[in-house]
Amino acid sequence: MAENFEPRIIAFLCKWCSSAGSDLAGVSRMQYPPNVIPITVMCSGSISPLYIFDAFNKGADGVLVSGCHPGDCHYIKGNYYARRRIALVKKLLEFIGLEPERFQMSWVSAAEGTKYTQIISDFVDALIPLGPQTKLRRNL
Amino acid sequence: MKKKTGVFVCHCGINIAGTVDVKKVAEELAKHPGVDLSEDYVYMCSDPGQNMVIEAIKEKKLDNVVVACCSPTLHETTFRNAAKAAGINNFQCEIANIREQCSWVHKDMSKATLKATKITKSAVEKVRQNESLEPISIPVTRRALVIGGGIAGIQAALDIANTGYEVILVERNPSVGGHMIQLSETFPTLDCSQCILSPKMVEVSKHPKIKLMTYSEVQEISGYVGNFKAKILQKPSYVDPDKCTLCDECTKVCPVVMTDEFDLGLTGRKAIYIPFPQAIPATYTLDIRGCPGLVPIACGKCADVCEPEAIDYDMKAEIIEEEVGSIIVATGYDLYEKENLSEYGYGKYADVLDGLQFERLLSASGPTQGKILRPSDHKEPKEVVFIQCAGSRDPELHCAYCSKICCMYTAKHAMLYKHHVHDGQAYIFYIDIRSGGKGYEEFVQRTVEEDGVVYLRGKVSKIFEDKGKIKVWGVDTLLGKNIEIDADMVVLATAMRPSEGASELAKKLKIAMDKDGFLAEAHPKLRPVESVTSGLFLAGAAQAPKDIPEAVAQASGAAAKAITILSQERLFHSPTVAKVTLNLCTGCGMCVDVCPYDALSLKDGKVEVNEVLCEGCGTCQATCLRAAINVKNTTPSQVHEMIRASLGG
Ligand SMILES: Cc1cc2nc3c(=O)[nH]c(=O)nc-3n(C[C@H](O)[C@H](O)[C@H](O)COP(=O)(O)OP(=O)(O)OC[C@H]3O[C@@H](n4cnc5c(N)ncnc54)[C@H](O)[C@@H]3O)c2cc1C
Ligand code: SF4
Ligand code: SF4
Ligand code: FES
Repeated sequence: MAENFEPRIIAFLCKWCSSAGSDLAGVSRMQYPPNVIPITVMCSGSISPLYIFDAFNKGADGVLVSGCHPGDCHYIKGNYYARRRIALVKKLLEFIGLEPERFQMSWVSAAEGTKYTQIISDFVDALIPLGPQTKLRRNL
Repeated sequence: MKKKTGVFVCHCGINIAGTVDVKKVAEELAKHPGVDLSEDYVYMCSDPGQNMVIEAIKEKKLDNVVVACCSPTLHETTFRNAAKAAGINNFQCEIANIREQCSWVHKDMSKATLKATKITKSAVEKVRQNESLEPISIPVTRRALVIGGGIAGIQAALDIANTGYEVILVERNPSVGGHMIQLSETFPTLDCSQCILSPKMVEVSKHPKIKLMTYSEVQEISGYVGNFKAKILQKPSYVDPDKCTLCDECTKVCPVVMTDEFDLGLTGRKAIYIPFPQAIPATYTLDIRGCPGLVPIACGKCADVCEPEAIDYDMKAEIIEEEVGSIIVATGYDLYEKENLSEYGYGKYADVLDGLQFERLLSASGPTQGKILRPSDHKEPKEVVFIQCAGSRDPELHCAYCSKICCMYTAKHAMLYKHHVHDGQAYIFYIDIRSGGKGYEEFVQRTVEEDGVVYLRGKVSKIFEDKGKIKVWGVDTLLGKNIEIDADMVVLATAMRPSEGASELAKKLKIAMDKDGFLAEAHPKLRPVESVTSGLFLAGAAQAPKDIPEAVAQASGAAAKAITILSQERLFHSPTVAKVTLNLCTGCGMCVDVCPYDALSLKDGKVEVNEVLCEGCGTCQATCLRAAINVKNTTPSQVHEMIRASLGG
C-alpha cells in the first residue's frame, strides 16, 4: 500500500516570505514532489487553528504552516503569534493521537527556495510510511 | 442569483504547457460548479490574451474570473486591470499560480496536471466569495518630520524643503551637526569636515520652510502614512536664543565643570555652555544636570553677568504637537561602549583612545588646537598603534557585523598623524582592508607609499601600561611572527552601534530593528530607504554603518520617497482590511491586543476597525474565537472552500 500512496499536503504560506520563497524554488526550477497544494495567506499570524483542523478533517495527510523567520515578519510580529498558536495546536493534535510528523511549521524566507524544496521532500518522505490520515478525517 | 465564473488557463508557451496538460485543466474546470466558461490560450498576458478575458466577461456577463498562469506577483495587476476594463471590480479576478508552484517544479505530467487543476479550483472558490472593493482614499498632510540632525537628517530636510514642503527637524542635542561636525578632515579627499558641513547647518537654520527644533525629542507618534501626529518634547535651555549675544561672560563665572561631550571627555566645559563655536542654533544652553539650582540663592552667577538678560531660570519643558505626512528617521550612531572593550585598556589607560577622540585631537578646533598630544602627559607620541575591528566582526564577544568605515578612517588617521608628526611611526593592526569606494583603495595605498604606515595583519593579544609606554603585543599572521610595540598612544577603531535610545524610538514609531539593533529597511535590495511601516523612511547610519557619501545618498533617497507622499493630495490604501460582524463580536478585546498596527479599539462594547491603519495581516482573524473579525477577501469561509478544492473534494 505504502508504495503507491500519494500523501496530500496543504501548505499554508505567508505571502511575503514563504510564498515568495516557494516561487523562487519554481523560478530556479528546483524539483520537489507534487503532493503539496499551496494556500497563500497574508501572514502566518492569520492562520487559524481551525484551518489546520479543517484540512485534516477534509482528509489532508499532512499540513505545513510556513512564515517569515522570527523577526522578519512583514507585519512585524504576526509570526510570533503564529509560533505560539502553532505550538499549542501541535500539542493538541498529539494529544488527540495524530502522529506528530503530520503537522509541521517552518520558517522560509523569500530567498530560501532550496529550503522550501527540502522541506517538502522531507515532509513527503516522512508521510509515506504513515499511510493515509484517518484519525481526523470525516467522511464527507 | 447564481454567480458566473470564467477560467482562463495559460500555456505560457511551453513553460506551463510543457509539464501541465492545460487543455485537460480547462476541461476539468469547465465541469466545476459555477464555472460558465473555461478556455486555454498560449499567452494570456499578451494583448490578445487579455482581450480574450475582457470580451468573455462582457459577452458571457461573467461575475468573476480566474486566470491560471504565473505567480500573482507578476501579472495579478495586469489581469485585475483587464477585469476592470471589462466593467467588473478588480477583486473579481484571482490568479491561480500553476507555473512557479507547479509546472516549473514538477516533471510528471499527469501529477502536475492534477495539481494544477486543484490549484485552479481553489482560486475559483476564493474568487466566488470575493467582495467588490474600492481603494480607501485618505487626505495627506503635506509636511515632513525629520528625526536626527546629523548630516543625513540635514540633507533630507534640505532636499524636502527645497522642493517646497515644510519640514520639522528634531535634534536632541543643543546643536545640529551630528558626528560629522566632530570630525577633522574626511576621507578620501581630506576636506575639512566643519568647513563643508557648517554651511548646510546655517542653511537649515535659515530656511523658510524648515522649523528647527534642537534640544528636543519625539515623545509619541500616532496616526498613519499621510497623517501622523507627533508629540515633541522641547527641553528648556534656560537661555533665550534671541537675546543671547554669545558674549561668553556666563561661562567665565559658572563654577561647575562637566565633561565635554563634544570633545568626548578629553576636556571639560561649564554647566552653561555652547557645544562648539559654530553651533546651530548659535546660543548657550544651561545643562540642568550640573547646575546647583535654578534659583538665585543656589548660585545665579550666570544670570548676574548676562547683560542682555537672556538667562531665564523659569523656562519650562514644552510639548509641541505637529502634524506631518511622512517621517524620516536619521538618528545615526554611537561608538561601542568603553566598558565592553576593557581588554584593549579602553577606559582604563588615558592614552588608549577611540577614533572620535583622535578626530578631536586632529581637529584645529579641538582641545589641543590640532596638535597631537597624549592626554596623559601632553607629549607628542612618536609611535602610535591603530587597531581596526575593535568590537567588530567578533560574533563571540562583541558585534558580529563589519562597521564598514573603520578601515578607511584608520588609514586617514595614520596619514593625518604623519602629516602632524613627521618623525613619528604609525602601525595598523587589521584583519582585512575593505576599501571599496570611489578613490578609497588609492587612498589606502597612499598611506603606505607616501606616509610609510606599517600594516600588520593580525590580532592584538595584549595591551598594558609599562613605564609610560603602552605595550602592544600581537601576532603578524602573514609572517607568523610575534610583534611587540612600545607605543605612546593606541587608537581603537571601535565598532559603530545604533545611537543610544534607537530601540525605544523604533518602538514608538513601530519600525523593526535588525538583529544588531539598526533600523530595518523594508527590503535589503529593493527598498533600502523604506521602513516596513508606510510613510516612515530611514537615512544614514541609523540603518547600518555608513560613511558620509553613503549617508547623504540615502538621505536624498529617503527625501525623494517622502516627497512621493507629500506631493499627493490623497493617498490610496488597500481595501482588504479587517471587518467586524457586530452581532458575533462579544467585545472581549483579544484582537485589540494582538493587532500589530493598533488598528482596533473597543467602542460601545464592540470592536471597531480603523481602516486606514489596518494592513490586513489577519492576526486578529486568527485570534477571534467567534469568527467575528475577518479580513475582506480572505475570510475563513473562503479558506475552508479553498482547502476543500485543494484536497480534491
Ligand atoms: C572616528 C570616525 C571617523 C570618521 N571619518 C569619516 C570620514 O573621514 N569620512 C566619512 O565619509 N565618514 C567618516 N565617518 C563616518 C561619519 O561620522 C558618518 O558617516 C556620519 O556621521 C553619519 O551621519 P548620520 O547623520 O547618519 O549620523 P550622526 O552623525 O550620528 O547624526 C545623528 C544625529 O541624530 C541625533 N539623534 C540621535 N537620536 C536622536 C533622537 N532620538 N531624537 C533626536 N535626535 C537624535 C544625534 O544627536 C545626531 O545629531 C567617521 C566616523 C568615525 C567614528
Ligand atoms: S476577538 Fe472577536 S469577539 Fe473579541 S473583540 Fe475582537 S472581534 Fe470581538
Ligand atoms: S488585519 Fe491585522 S492590521 Fe488589520 S485589524 Fe486585524 S490584526 Fe490589525
Ligand atoms: S508576513 Fe510572513 S510571517 Fe508574517
